[in-house]
Amino acid sequence: MSNSPEEINLFEERVPIYPRSVKGRFRTMKWSILVLAYGVYFILPWLRWERSTGVNQAVMFDIHDRVFYLFGMVVNPQDIFWLAAMMMIAAFLLFFVTGIAGRAFCGYFCFQTLWTDVYLLIERLVQGERPARIRLDKMRWNRQKIFKKVLTHVLWLMVAFLTGLTFTMYWGDAYQLVGQFFTGSAPFPAYATTFFLTLTTYVMAGLAREQVCTYMCPYARFQSIMFDQDTLIVAYDAQRGEMQRGRSKPGKGLKTLRERREGGVGDCIDCGFCVQVCPTGIDIRNGLQMSCISCALCVDACDTVMDKLGWERGLIKYESEREQMGGKTRLFKFKNIGYGLVLLTAIAMLVWSVLSQSMISVAITQVRNPLYVKLSDGRIQNSYEVSLNNKSGQDITLHLQLKGLKDAVLDLGKIRKITLPPLESVNIYARVKAKHRSGIRGQIPFKIIVSTKIDGKEIHMSKDVLFTMR
Amino acid sequence: MSEVKQDKAKGSVQTTGHAWDGDLQEFNNPLPRWWLWAFYATVVFAVVYWFFYPAWPVGNSYTKGGLNSITYKIGDKQVTTHWNTRALLMKDLQEGEESLKQKKFMKKLVNASYAQIVSDPKMMQFTRAIGKIMFADNCAACHGAGGAGVIGLFPNLVDDDWLWGGSLNEVQATIEHGHRGFMPSFRKTFTSEQLDNVVEYVLSLSGNINDKDKAAKGDVIFNNETGGCYYCHTHKGTGMKSVGSANLTDSIWTVAKVPLEKTTDGKRAVIRKVIRDGVNRQMPAWKSRLSAAEIKVLTVYVHELGGGK
Repeated sequence: MSNSPEEINLFEERVPIYPRSVKGRFRTMKWSILVLAYGVYFILPWLRWERSTGVNQAVMFDIHDRVFYLFGMVVNPQDIFWLAAMMMIAAFLLFFVTGIAGRAFCGYFCFQTLWTDVYLLIERLVQGERPARIRLDKMRWNRQKIFKKVLTHVLWLMVAFLTGLTFTMYWGDAYQLVGQFFTGSAPFPAYATTFFLTLTTYVMAGLAREQVCTYMCPYARFQSIMFDQDTLIVAYDAQRGEMQRGRSKPGKGLKTLRERREGGVGDCIDCGFCVQVCPTGIDIRNGLQMSCISCALCVDACDTVMDKLGWERGLIKYESEREQMGGKTRLFKFKNIGYGLVLLTAIAMLVWSVLSQSMISVAITQVRNPLYVKLSDGRIQNSYEVSLNNKSGQDITLHLQLKGLKDAVLDLGKIRKITLPPLESVNIYARVKAKHRSGIRGQIPFKIIVSTKIDGKEIHMSKDVLFTMR
Repeated sequence: MSEVKQDKAKGSVQTTGHAWDGDLQEFNNPLPRWWLWAFYATVVFAVVYWFFYPAWPVGNSYTKGGLNSITYKIGDKQVTTHWNTRALLMKDLQEGEESLKQKKFMKKLVNASYAQIVSDPKMMQFTRAIGKIMFADNCAACHGAGGAGVIGLFPNLVDDDWLWGGSLNEVQATIEHGHRGFMPSFRKTFTSEQLDNVVEYVLSLSGNINDKDKAAKGDVIFNNETGGCYYCHTHKGTGMKSVGSANLTDSIWTVAKVPLEKTTDGKRAVIRKVIRDGVNRQMPAWKSRLSAAEIKVLTVYVHELGGGK
């Protein structure tokens, strides 16, 4: 039927990858990071914290009551720009690190990498090492294959469920929520979140794996463009590995290093170990590739082989392109220093902002319907909605006063005392009456000052407001 | 990227088999599998949906679905109906988390005295929030969404002029029983000259002194039986809240559109019109339409708008 000579395959089917396990310094480092990250992630929601409002969860993002708890810190909706600052810091940190050390985030810290590692571990423990898994997949379905496959997926789902459940625990009181969860009385979002996270974890770490990094992840793409000649990449020393006649298996007459050197054959014995351990299924000897997540497992693999042969390590290693060409990596360059400075500035600003956080917040909006009204004695009255928020952990009493408006009176009606319990807010209706002055039309700026005392310290917060006169 | 074997056969595109004009053929591209399965899933979903939710029109009615009826109250009567969003809303209004919270606070409000409410910032916040909605539903049609009214027709509630009294109890009485603001027409009582004099006097009461002679003549008419204006507006012109008569000595005009006029002649004309034609304003009684709790909320809300008395 086909009449075009050249076929284009628009759909590339996934080629199954069976990464072989490997031991080495980078693997050890990755396991340590994984244990640390899992420890933090899974234990954090269960940690309690003493607060002035009572014992509470150490880290909780309480959407319902619009408060985030971070250990000793309480973040209110007004402080949401901290989140923006944190994201900027994270972005700059990523740019900074990527410029110097390549895709270190992908290889060591990304949750896709961490969870895939755990899933691979489960797969290996149940189904065996790489050859066993290949054999199992090729095998006809029998009792053994069904058992192993089902067990793998059940264990995966369990990890996925724990992951999803733990994530949910960050958004409510964990001890209470987990009880509600299993008695069917938890709020719907808790189930939805857990289900969604379970599903995505299972699909991403179990089924999609390296496809997430290769096809889905935007970071993977834009990290690659931050590379330059001085960026550390996982590189194969082609010079040493190939020599003049290319790589070759250690066959007859090519067993020792001297024999190979004399024959012009490279140090690479083409054992394929580096390809087998790769979680994204690439051959690093083909040079830097988009799919490489810089996990350095091939480095461990090659080092293991070189050690066994008694040859020098480093046929595959972290190296910048400039180093490969025989130069020296330059760290202090405009890009790195620039990103470093921006990063430090952003961190300093965030820290300053957090440390100088005011314990009260005030928002004042003028009532606009009507903007102003004439009183019986000829004065002009404007009304304002004053939102007062107590961010501290104690009861506070607030006072309001005017500044910068001549002959003006602040009228709060019959409200004599504004007391606010911890983390509560109130909205007060304030009327301001000022003498009408001929010649003055339009809006007159003035200030409303809110004062209170927290821990014996006077706090004054001044807000710019407009008074409309006509 | 992994080395992928280019499977030629797999990538080939089928054609429908027809050829037009010799070589024009139509590709037969199969739908992506994920799309196809998602489509089948929606079909299955739809069929399941028919069993649980209202779905198909049947004659004058429709299939109601089952197994997920909603029970709520109309008054004291329990009603059970098939699943529908209106019943869902009714149920939520009666039993929803936020509704229960609101009901609880409302109860607190009903049990509190006016003095307690107006001195408590939290209760005031609640009252203003809920009062704003009630005001918009019941009062805003005349008094405007912000309560500023319309000069000449509907009183401004945001200023400090309370024709019928500005205390909480007086405001409550006004809302409950309504009012009739009445001033007779003086068209037949006054000659044109007398009318001019009274207008001049009324203008002078609030400090607009123009023609002293005319004002003095007007003073006499205002304060004796010729005009009899003092019956309601008092000798000083300050008005009486028992009959809702306006205070003519302050800066606020509630009926005559004086603030809108730039010239003295214009001001004279609008006052003249009011005296000649009289006033007949009416506010309906709300006692039979609103609950005691609603009237309480509205009383505090209106009182707070202008600051009350």
